[in-house]
Formats: sequence, C-alpha cells, structure tokens
Amino acid sequence: MSVSILVVDDEPDVVELLRQCFRREARQGTYVMHFVDSGEAALERLSGNIEPALIAVLSDINMPGMDGLQLLSAIKQRCPDLPVMMVTAYGDDDRRRQAAVGGAAEFLTKPVDFERLKALLRQLSGSQFEETRRSIE
Amino acid sequence: MLRDITERKRAEDEIRTARDTAEAALRDLKAAQASLIHAEKMASLGQLTAGIAHEIKNPLNFVNNFADLSVELLDELKQTTAPAVAALDEETCTEVDEIVRMLTGNLAKIAEHGRRADGIVKSMLAHSRGSSSDRQNVDINALVEEALNLAYHGARAQDQNFNITLERELDADAAPIELVPQDVTRVFLNLFGNGFYATDKRRRDTGEPSFRPKLKVTTRDLGEAVEIRVRDNGIGIAPEFRDKMFQPFVTTKPTGEGTGLGLSISYEIITQQHGGVIEVDSRVGEFTEFTVRLPRYQRPVMTEAAS
Repeated sequence: MSVSILVVDDEPDVVELLRQCFRREARQGTYVMHFVDSGEAALERLSGNIEPALIAVLSDINMPGMDGLQLLSAIKQRCPDLPVMMVTAYGDDDRRRQAAVGGAAEFLTKPVDFERLKALLRQLSGSQFEETRRSIE
Repeated sequence: MLRDITERKRAEDEIRTARDTAEAALRDLKAAQASLIHAEKMASLGQLTAGIAHEIKNPLNFVNNFADLSVELLDELKQTTAPAVAALDEETCTEVDEIVRMLTGNLAKIAEHGRRADGIVKSMLAHSRGSSSDRQNVDINALVEEALNLAYHGARAQDQNFNITLERELDADAAPIELVPQDVTRVFLNLFGNGFYATDKRRRDTGEPSFRPKLKVTTRDLGEAVEIRVRDNGIGIAPEFRDKMFQPFVTTKPTGEGTGLGLSISYEIITQQHGGVIEVDSRVGEFTEFTVRLPRYQRPVMTEAAS
C-alpha cells in the first residue's frame, strides 16, 4: 500500500535530495513524493485530488511569498487533521514556538536527520493503515 | 606681604584642584567614549556575523546531506557490482576496490568537515539570539558551581590527563539575581574552558614539574550588582591581543581547535543582553583574570539583537 507526501521548498535541489534519500521506499512503492516550490502552489495542489492518500506535508519555513508558517495556518484551517512538519535551517526558539502554536506535527532542523524523518513518516503511515483498515472493516 | 603669599598659595591650590578635576573628567569621558565605540563596533560585528551565518547555513546543509547520501549510494553501488567486479582480472579488481575506497574516504571527509563548519555556523547564529529567552531569578553561586562542574567534566572527557585545582570563594550572602541562566552559563563555560586551556598550555609549554594548574572563581555581592571573577595561572594574554579578543573569529588556538567566537558571544551576552561589564586583567606567563559584573537592576532597552 502506497501513501503520498507533499514537500514544499523553494530550493530546487531539495527535490533531488529527497528523491535520493527515499529511493528505496519509492522503488518499493511505499511513498510517492510530490514537490511544490511555494506555499501558494502547495495550497493549489491540496485543493485538487492527491493520489495515493496524502499522509503528511513537509514544509520549509523561509520561502518568498507565503512562508511556511502562513502555509501551516492555511492548511490547519482547511484540513485540521493533516499532519504538517516544519523543516527549517533556523532552529530558533521563536520559530519553534510559532510552529507549535500553529499546530505543526513536528519541527525538524536542517541538515535533516533522514533516519528521524523516516521514523516519523513510518509512524504516520502506520496510523494511516490503521484508519484505512478500520474503515474497511 | 605674608598674607599675599598665603592668598596666592590658596589660589594656586584651588586652580590645581580644579585642573585635576577637569583632567579626571576628561579621562572618564575618553574612557566612556572608547567603550561606546567598542560596544557599537561589537554590536555591528555580531550582526554581520549572524547575517553571514544565515547565508552559509543553507548551502552548507546541502553539502552535508548530499555527502551523507553519497556514502550510502556508493555502498549500494559496491554491493550491486560486487559479482561483476569479482569476475574481472585481479589487477583491475584491485584498482576498482581502491578507487571505491578512496571515494568513500573523500565523502566521509566532506561530511566530517561539513559538520565542523556547521558547528561554527551554529555558534555564529548564537549572535542573533532574540531577546525572547526567559529571565529568571537565580542563585549565582549555584549557577557558577554547575558551570564549573560541566566545564571540568567536559575537559576531562576530552583529555583524561587533564587536571587542575579548582578554588571557589563564593559569597554565601549573595542574593538571587535576575538573568538568562542558559546564556550566562554559556559565558562561564567559555571562561572556564579558556582558563583550563591556558593552564594546560602552560604546563605543556614549560614542562615545569612544580607547576600546578589552578583556576579560582570568586563571587561577590556588590549590592547593585554581582561580581564574578575567574582567575587562572595559565599562559596569560599578550597586551596587544586584549583589544581585539572580544571580536568574532579572533583566536590564539590552532586551526580547528577554537572558533574565535566564545569570547565575542560572551561579550554580547554580558554587555548587550544583561547590561553588564566584562573586563580582563592578565600578565603573560603568570595569570589571566576575567571580571564579570552583572547589574541587579536592568538598564532598559539593552537587547536589540537582530532577529
């Protein structure tokens, strides 16, 4: 069973980085990664249909236009249950607090600890499977 | 006639007193001006430092993440091609192995030095800490004691042969003071760490068997302020170095051992964040003594670090 992750980052190399990082999972069909380069593009993508089921949004904070924290609050208004993880190069208390107040599921600092990210996603997709199984039963 | 002379003597005395007062005032004014200029210079250097750090952090993250990933990829490549490589003639096989080994080594080096740079950038970013950190009423002696333990065990963990006599002269009557504990602890960790380094360097440089490394911490409640002195009997600080030692990236340690940011961050925490004073007295080959004075009553608008 496959699930989707939406990645929001204005740095184009993030696409290559995460594709390489999740190459095994992608080959096995565990995760399908979707990439957008702005908060605005993320909202547009979210308003459409994302297949397979979206389990998490991974968003950068510092972006031109709508920043990650604004995106977080916009997503929380539309789909309060969708986990949003903030990823930022600046792990200062202020951003951390704002992310927590805004309802972020997780706050990760760059350089991203891939093992931790994978563990978090495994948890999320695990609970997703649970929900799907329950809804089938 | 006699009265005339007495009169003139008194007038001269008055003039002398007036001149001394004026000269003292001028000296004070010059000192105040120098310290203002210094404070201003340090503040802009701190902002510049934090700005550079912000700009470097993102590309550096890519270097580190891609280096780590490449190590993994190379490992996979090695495993995937192992049967094919084994089928090659011995000489080619050895050469392939050697190249893969060197590539893996290089990537590990990139990752290692990238992390080193990341550590420096993190310290630089500490310059831009906002004023959001919590002030708390703390027992200065407990804070000093905790930092001393941390620094000592940190030094011992790095070098098992490290040894030093620690002396404490803590003012038992020191009343609690309001400050940002983790930042002030950071200052003391820096000062103690420098003291340990200086004494250890003296021990290694001179090789005098009679030399006993020593670091003494004194706290004193001055009423309006609390004073902390950190004195070591290490190599000392050359006079020409004392002017610039609080500037970022100034260090006497060998490359890779010190970032040159410890004292500059300490300076910012004490002067900008807490409205206090940090001074140094030293004699080369004998001692160094840092004096930190933290005012009990906060001067308003002292923190305005870039956020």
